[in-house]
Amino acid sequence: MATTDFATRPVPQVLAHEVHAERTRARWIDWLTTTDHKKIGIMYIVSSFAFFLIGGIEALLMRVQLAVPNNNFLTPEHFNELFTLHGTTMIFLFVVPIMAGFANYFLPLMIGARDMAFPRLNALSLWLLLFGGIVFYASLLWQPPEAGWFSYTPLSNEMYTPSGGQDAWIFLIHITGISSLVGAVNFYATIVNMRAPGMGWGRLPLFVWTILIYALLLILALPVIAGAVTMLLTDRHFGTHFFDPTEGGSPVLWQHLFWFFGHPEVYIMILPGFGIVSEVLPVFARKPIFGYKAVAASTAVIAFLAALVWAHHMFSVPVPTVVLGFFMLSSFLIAVPTGVKIFNWIATLWRGSIVTASPLYFAAGFIAIFVIGGITGIFLAVFPVDWQLTDTYFVVAHFHYVLMGGAVFTIFCGLYYWYPKMTGRLCSEPLAKASFWVMFVGFNMTFLVQHAAGLSGMPRRVYQYPADAGLTLYNQISTVGSFVLGVGILMSVWNFVRSWKTGAVAGPDPWKGNTLEWFTQSPPPVNNFDEIPRVRSVEPMKDIRRQVERQSGIEHDQVTQPSTTA
Amino acid sequence: MRRHPVAQMVIVGAIASAIGIVIALVIDWFPADAAEQAGPIDTLYDVLMIVSVPVFVLVTTVTLFAVWRFRMRPGQENEDGPPIHGNTRLEVIWTAVPAILLVSLCSYAYAVLVDIEEKHDDQLVVHVTGQQFAWRYRYPQPGGRAIETTALVLPKDRPVLFKVHAEDVIHDFWVPAFRVKIDAVPGITTEVRATPTKLGRYPVVCAELCGLGHAVMRSSVRVVTPAAYDRWLQEQTAPAGGEATGGATAGGEGEAGGGGGADLAALGRETFVSNCGSCHTLADAGTSGAAGPDLTTALRGQDEATLREDIVAPDARITEGYQAGVMPDNFAETLSAEQIDGLVAYLASVSR
Ligand code: HEC
Ligand code: HEM
Ligand SMILES: [Cu+2]
Ligand SMILES: [Cu+2]
Repeated sequence: MATTDFATRPVPQVLAHEVHAERTRARWIDWLTTTDHKKIGIMYIVSSFAFFLIGGIEALLMRVQLAVPNNNFLTPEHFNELFTLHGTTMIFLFVVPIMAGFANYFLPLMIGARDMAFPRLNALSLWLLLFGGIVFYASLLWQPPEAGWFSYTPLSNEMYTPSGGQDAWIFLIHITGISSLVGAVNFYATIVNMRAPGMGWGRLPLFVWTILIYALLLILALPVIAGAVTMLLTDRHFGTHFFDPTEGGSPVLWQHLFWFFGHPEVYIMILPGFGIVSEVLPVFARKPIFGYKAVAASTAVIAFLAALVWAHHMFSVPVPTVVLGFFMLSSFLIAVPTGVKIFNWIATLWRGSIVTASPLYFAAGFIAIFVIGGITGIFLAVFPVDWQLTDTYFVVAHFHYVLMGGAVFTIFCGLYYWYPKMTGRLCSEPLAKASFWVMFVGFNMTFLVQHAAGLSGMPRRVYQYPADAGLTLYNQISTVGSFVLGVGILMSVWNFVRSWKTGAVAGPDPWKGNTLEWFTQSPPPVNNFDEIPRVRSVEPMKDIRRQVERQSGIEHDQVTQPSTTA
Repeated sequence: MRRHPVAQMVIVGAIASAIGIVIALVIDWFPADAAEQAGPIDTLYDVLMIVSVPVFVLVTTVTLFAVWRFRMRPGQENEDGPPIHGNTRLEVIWTAVPAILLVSLCSYAYAVLVDIEEKHDDQLVVHVTGQQFAWRYRYPQPGGRAIETTALVLPKDRPVLFKVHAEDVIHDFWVPAFRVKIDAVPGITTEVRATPTKLGRYPVVCAELCGLGHAVMRSSVRVVTPAAYDRWLQEQTAPAGGEATGGATAGGEGEAGGGGGADLAALGRETFVSNCGSCHTLADAGTSGAAGPDLTTALRGQDEATLREDIVAPDARITEGYQAGVMPDNFAETLSAEQIDGLVAYLASVSR
């Protein structure tokens, strides 16, 4: 009942003027050949979201198969292919690239730049991503990969998985890897060199901080996985034996290489989400972020620790006890900076003047869900307990709490927050909130019970489970929940599609934002800003609004009657 | 009431935590515990629950409370919250307190780890081998040939050291009731310990993706009294009818499976239950697996030669609607000739 109508409130506005580019070419050629970071960002977001929907369909097929014990809806082969496609798609074609999409669109706007440092390289990374996705999904026409998203050797060796699907998986890693690497270098160069005058490191928006660390982690981790999959490729086809135990190679080497990349990858997926939440909370709490320095520093600490914890994915592989102790401790410690972030976010909300709009819903929902994912992460880091839990549905529940609940809720938060900027229109708020609740309920229904299934002894990646193992009820709840979740997601999709043309006109700054992207029009003109303002704090837009208010003589209290412009 | 919103929140939080902890402790999350190692692990798990429920409740109640209490009300559209930028003391507190909590939990967990890995003198060594998609067990005998079986039988109260091997790809030897889980990695031998403490039959599960039959790579472990275990060992060593290994004479607790003159079909039935039941439904044997065809009906009218071929060379003829490569193709090696004869006789008798 306390909702306010943002669109209809007059906000003092400073406008950039649109530069009219003459249109000489057809529209689609424009999109194909563009080097504009905003168009590239949109293409990133739309295409990775399409991959999300494909991955979601794969997930639902798996949930149907698991709805009853001893089901034969899918063959074991199809089931193995589905979870491999699903996991790989969600990670390499959805979460990582959609974060790159947000960064593409908003990073230059937030730091007051006119484009990325290397616009053509930027286009290259988009097209490589799409190309990688196509190579990967083309394997559907022959035989998709089936060794899981971490493709453990020797199972992924030619002897046990002769199909070309495994090679398609390797090329996907190569191609999207290059795409991410090129993107990461570009983000780094842009952030370091192209900030608006006055934007020192202490005034960098927190989302930009997380993208900086995201880029560094990608640059650190990707070469390792690229090397590893190249070794796998030569093992498969060119007679090397890096991972072949019968010829003196080591399957455990693959695991070390994979997880040295794989764990940082987890933070690559979640850190930009943290950044989105750190932007959204202060805007909707109408209050500065609490502990800016602590939030920024904790990002860096998380990244540092993330490079030291990889072996916690290998707790069922023999490792000396002391080494286990080390990885257990480092995994524990990573919870400290994460906790710092959560406490600062809550302190940001505290005593604010909270606008209960859809981005805030998703941000608050994210906190609740992510805390569960973080706590179960601690359980998994406790080696003796993890012994019982690893490779079970408890792990499946844990990483879906972190990735689906963590990353996806922040992505929806970002989509709702920035949608008006990208399209110039507002989404329907009631539909957005309804979608939130359906997703929230569906999500918890799907994944909360999976903790119990795992504790009762259900291993992951099984296409059937026995009828007498006490797992039937859990799986049925989970399957129903996954369809509820699917409906919730579709409601948002419908909202985005419909509002594109029919939503209320947003104006440049519908949320009273803090950062520079709200300084320009929605959607921003090709050159972003006519004039780049001087930055004097972490919240340049607040300063600008104040200045405008002062100069134009508009005072807070006089605005009592919302006008109806939109 | 309006004057003490924080007090209110603390009370709600405390009650919610208490309820949460009670629920967490009352519900029996784990499967039956049948080994000494389960005790400290389950206690550790309970401690983790007790610590984490209040953390969860704290974060969620404060978040919900803040959103509700400080929501913007009509007329406040242009008011901003107070310009608070941070508080160093608070930052130090909420870095230090969780850090201390976590380091102490970590030390406790390390102590448990050292405890359950403790070595024992009188331990029984059992070799476990994973292959696509079955488990095999080998019991080394002092001064004699090792016993090879497809059924895992263990004496109660004797520490066991499992030495785990893999033939082809990585598998993972998991006995949920013992709380032990260790990867079976080709090329290296991994070790894990457990001391069974309760009589009974418990599932053995493969927890690492190993190919198409991963879901059905199940077996079971039977914990018996030491006397029954000795008898079982003797049966295995005293060759039945000239065969070197007796395989899975998984008779009832303690009572012998019947040595030399065992009825062939009865042996076949036992072999079926422990080797095939996880994939095949067969009414007579009371199994309900669904990875392979339902043998109650599928075998109608097949002669013994076809049956034998179906078992020893399953990929020679693929039943429609199923895939090659799921049913293990080395039963000729892992089962004794007698067991296979038994299986054929048994299946022929039930499918008539
Ligand atoms: C890992 C799962 C698995 C195990 C264990 C397994 N089977 Fe099978 N079995 C299958 C599958 C799948 C098929 C169908 C494909 C084929 O014909 O090879 C099959 C087919 C058969 C058939 C042919 C059925 C027909 O329609 O003619 C027979 C007979 C059979 N199995 C017997 C056995 C026996 C006896 C054992 C135990 C020694 C056993 N199976 C163990 C999976 C399994
Ligand atoms: C839309 C809701 C989703 C549902 C219903 C769902 C469901 C599932 C299911 C049933 C599995 C197979 C579990 C198993 O058999 O071991 C799975 C695996 C997985 N999911 Fe999801 N999922 C969803 C969203 C996501 C998202 C958003 C991500 C990542 C961002 C994700 C990442 C993964 C990964 C990495 C795996 C493991 C694949 C593997 O074992 O190789 N999922 N999911
Ligand atoms: Cu990790
Ligand atoms: Cu397996």
